[in-house]
Amino acid sequence: MAQRIDVKDLNIYYGDFLAVQDVSMTIDPKSVTAFIGPSGCGKSTFLRTLNRMHEVIPGARVEGSVELEGVDLYGADVDPVAVRRTVGMVFQRPNPFPTMSIKENVLAGVKLNNRKISKSDADELVERSLRGANLWNEVKDRLEKPGSGLSGGQQQRLCIARAIAVKPQVLLMDEPCSALDPISTLAIEDLIQELKKDYTIVIVTHNMQQAARVSDRTAFFNIAGTGKPGRLIEMNDTATIFSAPGEKATEDYVSGRFG
Amino acid sequence: MTTTDSPPAPAAVRPRQRRSGDTERGFSRVFRWISTGAGALLLGVLAAVALFLIVRAFPAFTAGAEQLHDAGKVPGSFGSLLGYVGPLVFGTLLASVLALVVATPISVGIALFISHYAPRRLASIIGYVVDLLAAIPSVVFGLWGVYVFSGLVGDLWVWFADVLNLILGANVEASPTGRSLATASLVLAVMILPIITAVSREVFLQTPKLHEEAALALGATRWEMIRTAVLPFGRSGVISAAMLGLGRALGETMAVLMILSPGLSYSFQIFDSGRHTTIAANIASRFPEANGLAIDVLIATGLALFVITLAVNMLARWIVARRKEFSGAN
Ligand SMILES: Nc1ncnc2c1ncn2[C@@H]1O[C@H](COP(=O)(O)OP(=O)(O)OP(=O)(O)O)[C@@H](O)[C@H]1O
Ligand SMILES: [Mg+2]
Repeated sequence: MAQRIDVKDLNIYYGDFLAVQDVSMTIDPKSVTAFIGPSGCGKSTFLRTLNRMHEVIPGARVEGSVELEGVDLYGADVDPVAVRRTVGMVFQRPNPFPTMSIKENVLAGVKLNNRKISKSDADELVERSLRGANLWNEVKDRLEKPGSGLSGGQQQRLCIARAIAVKPQVLLMDEPCSALDPISTLAIEDLIQELKKDYTIVIVTHNMQQAARVSDRTAFFNIAGTGKPGRLIEMNDTATIFSAPGEKATEDYVSGRFG
Repeated sequence: MTTTDSPPAPAAVRPRQRRSGDTERGFSRVFRWISTGAGALLLGVLAAVALFLIVRAFPAFTAGAEQLHDAGKVPGSFGSLLGYVGPLVFGTLLASVLALVVATPISVGIALFISHYAPRRLASIIGYVVDLLAAIPSVVFGLWGVYVFSGLVGDLWVWFADVLNLILGANVEASPTGRSLATASLVLAVMILPIITAVSREVFLQTPKLHEEAALALGATRWEMIRTAVLPFGRSGVISAAMLGLGRALGETMAVLMILSPGLSYSFQIFDSGRHTTIAANIASRFPEANGLAIDVLIATGLALFVITLAVNMLARWIVARRKEFSGAN
């Protein structure tokens, strides 16, 4: 189910602006990897290159390679649509489709992918995905109600359910808890631990405790100044990054001595 | 201070205010007067038009059948005012609805192409061309319709009717002159295309990036993204755009007058000439020769058009308001 990601010499551009420079890293299957770093250093930008969502922005492009189990996602014959079905994404702000019910939201991706699904299969998938996102008990009596009627934390878990309903290999999460209260945040963190059994998970967070709590490995990104490209400073086991980082900048950042 | 009977404090005892505060209040008060005045004026004009129509149409309501028939105020074959207005309303609605049915999908397609498919340069060129279309006077459309378009489609309608008659055993009649309701509707469709396109385009461009990206991240192709994110978001906007177009089609006079060879019947023979006319075109063609009661009769038909247009607008508002809570503008 889960797959390994190899990034080699990746440069990421917005038009002519080099936003992230020369990133190489390996992300293990069935692990949680956290990206940390100051605002604007390119965490979101880099994350979005892992499922080719970056190129949705006009003028955006990359150089280098991102391999999923040895297959270059940016190869000439690779369809970005297929990539996004394999590598799912959860956004910073919960974004369920407002015109759809909870159930339709969960099925939205599946309906795209193989169109026809029998009613019983659909019901089963909805329940499995919502259980997987720890949301089933809260919404099972109102599956036909609009998804936008849920609380922010519930909406975010609905988005996670929607993402895992298409059975991706990898799940990318860009600050999934930044709009949520502490209790919803803990619910999502627990969920990440569950999901790790089946998926490769990459999460961007500004919350050091969260990175320390949920991740196995942590990557620290930094930026030399505005207009300069962001870079990967170091990546290591989370325990090492937080107790004995190899770089001064990392130590300053994780100990809070840095913007 | 919420009771209405307590008199306002005299200016002298009011606490002194900072000068800038005073001017600001002055401005906002002036602005409020202007906007209230404009609103009242608009309502006043509307009421005046309605009143004019009702008062002037009144004699036509009360006149007896003989009076109406006298000197052809109402064409001979109709027994009453209603019998006369009926086919006019029918023709007006048929022409407008056909135009809408043709124009809406095309407009939505163009709007989507501009907002989500075309490269930026091409998009702005197409947008410009569509806007230019809106600037063409309807009399020019009429001329083009009579001299060019009706000739072209006339043969097409004849062929079309032959095919339908042959295959379905239908009884479709078509006039080779092409001066039929179908032709007029197509020209109307071209005329209402710009407004529907422009409004739809604006609505589509406002689809939240968040929802578009949600769809794309699930592995949607561009068309699937449009279906899951853009169209549901834009639905109410497209409906009001279509209603704007319908409003324009209902009232369009010149082009229809010039293209359509008129007739009065409840017929669905849209390819035949001399079967239909619209209220606006009918008024325009008869007004120059009308006098006395005949004018009142025409004004009564104008009242019918006024009511239809008002109803269409209200319907549009109701549809849009009803869908607001699902529109996702959160
Ligand atoms: N759509 C865009 N067009 C052009 N430049 C962009 C775009 N999005 C981001 N950038 C630039 O790319 C750089 C990295 O931005 P990014 O959003 O990836 O940072 P981040 O690390 O995710 O920050 P934050 O922690 O605030 O989310 C910034 O300099 C930013 O201005
Ligand atoms: Mg970010």
